[in-house]
Amino acid sequence: MAVKKFVVGCFEEEAVLFSAVKKVRSSGYKIHDVYTPMAIHGLDRALGLRDTSLHTAGFIYGLTGTATALCGIGWVFTSDWPLNFGGKPHLALPAWIPITFELTVLFSSIGMFLTFCYLCQLAPFAKKHHFNLRSTDDLFVMVIECTPKTNEAETMAFLQGIGAKEVNVQAAETGWWLGRYDKDKKPFEHKEIALR
Amino acid sequence: MASLKYESQVRPPLVEGTKDYHQITEDIVRPIERNPSTLWWIGFLLAVSLLCFGIVSIYEVVVYGIGRWNINKTIGWGWDITNFVWWIGIGHAGTLISAILLLFRQGWRTGVNRAAEAMTIFAVMCAGQFPIWHMGRVWLGFFVLPYPNTRGALWPNFNSALLWDVFAISTYFTVSLLFWYSGLIPDLATIRDRARLKWRKFMYGTLSFGWTGSTKHWQRHEALSLVLAGLSTPLVLSVHTIVSFDFATSVIPGWHTTIFPPYFVAGAIFSGFAMVQSLLVITRKVLHLEEYITVEHIDVMNKVIVLTGSIVGCAYLTELFVAWYSQNRFESWAFFHNRLDLSSPLGWSYYIMMSCNVLSPQIFWFRKLRRNITITFFMSVIVNIGMWFERFVIIVTSVYRDFLPSSWSTYYTPSIWELGFYLGTFGLFFTCYFLFSKFFPVIAVAEIKHILKKSGKYYKEKMGPEEKESVEEFAHEFSHAH
Repeated sequence: MAVKKFVVGCFEEEAVLFSAVKKVRSSGYKIHDVYTPMAIHGLDRALGLRDTSLHTAGFIYGLTGTATALCGIGWVFTSDWPLNFGGKPHLALPAWIPITFELTVLFSSIGMFLTFCYLCQLAPFAKKHHFNLRSTDDLFVMVIECTPKTNEAETMAFLQGIGAKEVNVQAAETGWWLGRYDKDKKPFEHKEIALR
Repeated sequence: MASLKYESQVRPPLVEGTKDYHQITEDIVRPIERNPSTLWWIGFLLAVSLLCFGIVSIYEVVVYGIGRWNINKTIGWGWDITNFVWWIGIGHAGTLISAILLLFRQGWRTGVNRAAEAMTIFAVMCAGQFPIWHMGRVWLGFFVLPYPNTRGALWPNFNSALLWDVFAISTYFTVSLLFWYSGLIPDLATIRDRARLKWRKFMYGTLSFGWTGSTKHWQRHEALSLVLAGLSTPLVLSVHTIVSFDFATSVIPGWHTTIFPPYFVAGAIFSGFAMVQSLLVITRKVLHLEEYITVEHIDVMNKVIVLTGSIVGCAYLTELFVAWYSQNRFESWAFFHNRLDLSSPLGWSYYIMMSCNVLSPQIFWFRKLRRNITITFFMSVIVNIGMWFERFVIIVTSVYRDFLPSSWSTYYTPSIWELGFYLGTFGLFFTCYFLFSKFFPVIAVAEIKHILKKSGKYYKEKMGPEEKESVEEFAHEFSHAH
């Protein structure tokens, strides 16, 4: 596992953070991530992150649930063990609606939750590097990844100049739990949006 | 960003006082970090003792059979299905607050959603006990699950409302749990990062799944919450619809009416909001969260109570009208003799139901009464009593005098083990709720930070002069300008 260096800048206000993100990106620094205590709408766009595909995954899981219910009940009642309920048709679709609906929702929810945990690499006992413990309380923590060309002192001064209250340099090991950050290519770098 | 911070002059803020993000964390997390109070211990031990009574009652029923309950031939469902429907109904308010109000972008839900969702999960757990132990031979309970088996390919009946219920309730429980827990993860991380004690760091570190608060994770988290809300909304409606199908697909007078699904769903939300009120009025006081769960929240929830109470009232009247209009002799007997007739053995229960559910909530048309904490608490208990009697009326008065007079059981009273089982579920519910309020944040910390606007410290400091002026000043200037 490679140990990488990061310059960490902590911001206290959302408004300052937003303009700082724009300045950092337009100055050519490589933002590793921004850690915030709550969801901040628009920050993902400002960072140039692409929209998540979790919805699509949820839709596919839902369809799997629908298909499972219809095929399962259909097979049981028409081929495996057809029961005669007062001469009514074996393929009684309207009566299967409730279970089909419930399984659609069940598959979709469980699938999405597990996918969410997998993508964010969340699990019990997961060990991760926390750049600043106050990032889950009241600080907005911007982390810039150092490349061979980065001058740390210069970067720190730059961050302070754009409003960071607290600046430091940290070394962190990128492992499985930092997964996608191990790759050099960032998911947002090939999309030129939100830099207006 | 200033435009995002705009707050209406007319509407009061959702969080009172001047707060910054750190203060919010302090206020909500502090009760978790302190030692529990004497009051908490008293409440918790009381709940645990009720739970023990429940366990003894279940032991009796499992060892000696469900004959321990006074449910004879005609009243096959007695108290236990009443309690089942009552508990499952209570759960619905949590999902309504967390899911439906999220879709409608109602900001006030953030003050109450976490506790309400927890209440949903505990209520569904309590509800689940009744069908499970009513099975009698509970160790064969897995027979209801469809799986390839060696009993000669014996499948459950997928066309039966009771099997739909198995699917609906287990799905409802699972989805509610996932929704609640995914919302809890960031807040548990907040507690983890503040923790000084080793065991607390370990416990919350494990529970928070290693959450860091990365922007990409928040983006996915928001997407997950929104889709789960979208899935939970039809789900919660379907669950009580299917519970009402347990009755409505039968051929019993008083049960087989098409109005049941909407009527049950409205009743469920009604009783659920009452339970949320009961719990939160006490929680906000004990944990000093009055600035987060404000009188405004209580006011809004009382409006929901008067609305859903009136919907339920309309449903009662519609049922009576249809019973008369159908000119069906059995239907008329169920409604006009078994229920409306005060001199019939269980006629009184109908009047308790009517007065608690339809008449008494009407006091909430008055703003002053809606904002009165004592009255709210009192009314929330009354509503829950009323809603329990609604299910009792539907279940018992429809069957205790049925088609065959020789099988009439004139008077039905529950046995001590039926009562004990019911009290035991209260024990289970409150034991869980006490543990929840001790070890988990009762308010969604991250979500409250998200809606913090006018009351936020930074906002107040930087507020433009035009936003400081009052409505009167604005109206005055406006009239002069024209």
